[in-house]
Amino acid sequence: MYPAPQDIQLRFPDAVIGIGEAFGELTVSVRKERIVEVCRALRDDPAWSFDFLSDVLAVDFPDAEERFEVIYHLYSIDKHHRVRLKARVREDDCRIESVTSVWAGANFMEREVYDLMGVEFLNHPDLRRILLTDEFDGFPLRKDYPTEGRGWRSTFEFLPTTDGPVA
Amino acid sequence: MTDPSTTRGSNDEFGMIHPVADPTDDSAVLRTEELLLNMGPQHPSTHGVLRVVLDLEGERILKATPHLGYLHRGTEKLAEGKTYQQIVTLTDRLDYVCAMTNNFAYVRTVEKLLGVTVPPRAEYVRTIVAELQRISGHLFWLGTQALDIGAMTVFFYTFREREILIELFEKLCGARLTYSYYSVGGVSNDLTPDIIAALRAFLKAFPAKIVEYNTLLETNRIWVARTKGVAVISAEDAVAYSLTGPTLRGSGVNYDVRKAEPYAAYGDVEWEVPLGKHGDTYDRYLIRVEEIRQSARIVSQCLDKLPDGPVSIDVPGITFPAKDRVMVDMESLIHHFKMACEGIRAPKGEVYCATEAPKGELGFYINSDGGNHPYRLKIRSPSFVHLGAFDHMARGYMIADIVTIFGTYDVVMGECDR
Repeated sequence: MYPAPQDIQLRFPDAVIGIGEAFGELTVSVRKERIVEVCRALRDDPAWSFDFLSDVLAVDFPDAEERFEVIYHLYSIDKHHRVRLKARVREDDCRIESVTSVWAGANFMEREVYDLMGVEFLNHPDLRRILLTDEFDGFPLRKDYPTEGRGWRSTFEFLPTTDGPVA
Repeated sequence: MTDPSTTRGSNDEFGMIHPVADPTDDSAVLRTEELLLNMGPQHPSTHGVLRVVLDLEGERILKATPHLGYLHRGTEKLAEGKTYQQIVTLTDRLDYVCAMTNNFAYVRTVEKLLGVTVPPRAEYVRTIVAELQRISGHLFWLGTQALDIGAMTVFFYTFREREILIELFEKLCGARLTYSYYSVGGVSNDLTPDIIAALRAFLKAFPAKIVEYNTLLETNRIWVARTKGVAVISAEDAVAYSLTGPTLRGSGVNYDVRKAEPYAAYGDVEWEVPLGKHGDTYDRYLIRVEEIRQSARIVSQCLDKLPDGPVSIDVPGITFPAKDRVMVDMESLIHHFKMACEGIRAPKGEVYCATEAPKGELGFYINSDGGNHPYRLKIRSPSFVHLGAFDHMARGYMIADIVTIFGTYDVVMGECDR
């Protein structure tokens, strides 16, 4: 179940870029500058009351002009509906405003996105790597990060490689 | 936020008095110094590997910083190079205490992407097995949580029943821990009459066993003193921190994916969602025990209503053909070969599907580019999200409570770190 898409479009005519419905899910693309404003309105407006942030993640599209897609899955505990918010981030300006001021639980989720995908969250209270070590080099969930060929293991000549070592 | 120092006063009825220092009275204070204490990563209560850095003032926790990732295996990155069928085995390794619920959450997401509905018998078998996993997961929590805070006996009782269930799972699919039982389109094996008979015998004897656990804990002064009023979180904070499962319902918020968005056979059977009042560890304990009862109720209703028919769809390109056909039928051999080499081709698109795992909302997000493996797979693991609220819930408590607070979420680090 999801709320009426035209309501969101009407409320934020200049922030919403596109709306799509597929697989019984509603996807709303918004401008990244407006993400906090849209999130706060979606949480506070009783018609939507998206009080619960399910998840934050990012998807990498290396060939796209705006390379990273930051995705927020929202849920309303009262109304039992879901929506997926999307914001695109460019590689040369790889940052987006943090939504920790709207949902406290976004803290760890955004840290994970930063850790594995390298998207920075502005005004985040504690933006550090979370799953990987602080010294780790690179962002492994990016598509240009190979599954093999980095570290000590790749120097073992007797091990077969499948996607080739990285110089 | 509820002030922990006032909620601790509720222990009076059990004769346990916790002196709370008056912050305005500094006559007794000689010298104060903050102490930084490292706990873990190898701590027996962490059920995996977790390091917590504690800022202490005396024995009181000022700040708790969890350091995760010791069990990070890059499951999401690995999944991008595997076919949809192969990923089922990766999901086993997330929450290995109740691995089949991860299988379930994952295959549901793929089925949503493919637009596949599974046969009615498969839905019922899936529900039965998922609820048995919930029982075994909660039994594991109950035993280890009691063990962690000093009540050793309960562990032996709960693991006695968990062993019966695990032997049933072994009969069902041949594995004890990492089952890979659910597959896209159904389940791998049907319930046999002797498994159903053993299950009915188990369900008959089980209510008396739950009473046994409760006699050990419910009025046990140490258990009550160490869980009541510990790790309190208000309903508003619990929602803001995205808590799910018994951790959220302990604060009285009625959110259970099985009720909110019924899937499998949950809409066809009668059961209730237990809710807590105080949002403390004791309420979560009561909720988990009640959930065990409700799960047993669901299982016995599903066994009564169990429809006949196949336990998996038979669609070339989505499921493997039956082995006996592969040996004699050329077409089936080709389908088998194509499945093993190429796997399932999913349509282009993206789906998010939430499932109620014993620990909370386990969600999978799959972005498909139309190929035979996901372009991006994201696991929304409840344990990871719960640890985000750890600092908030640990502040103000004593250092001895940290094990209780950690255990209150029922965290499994394999799922947390992925």
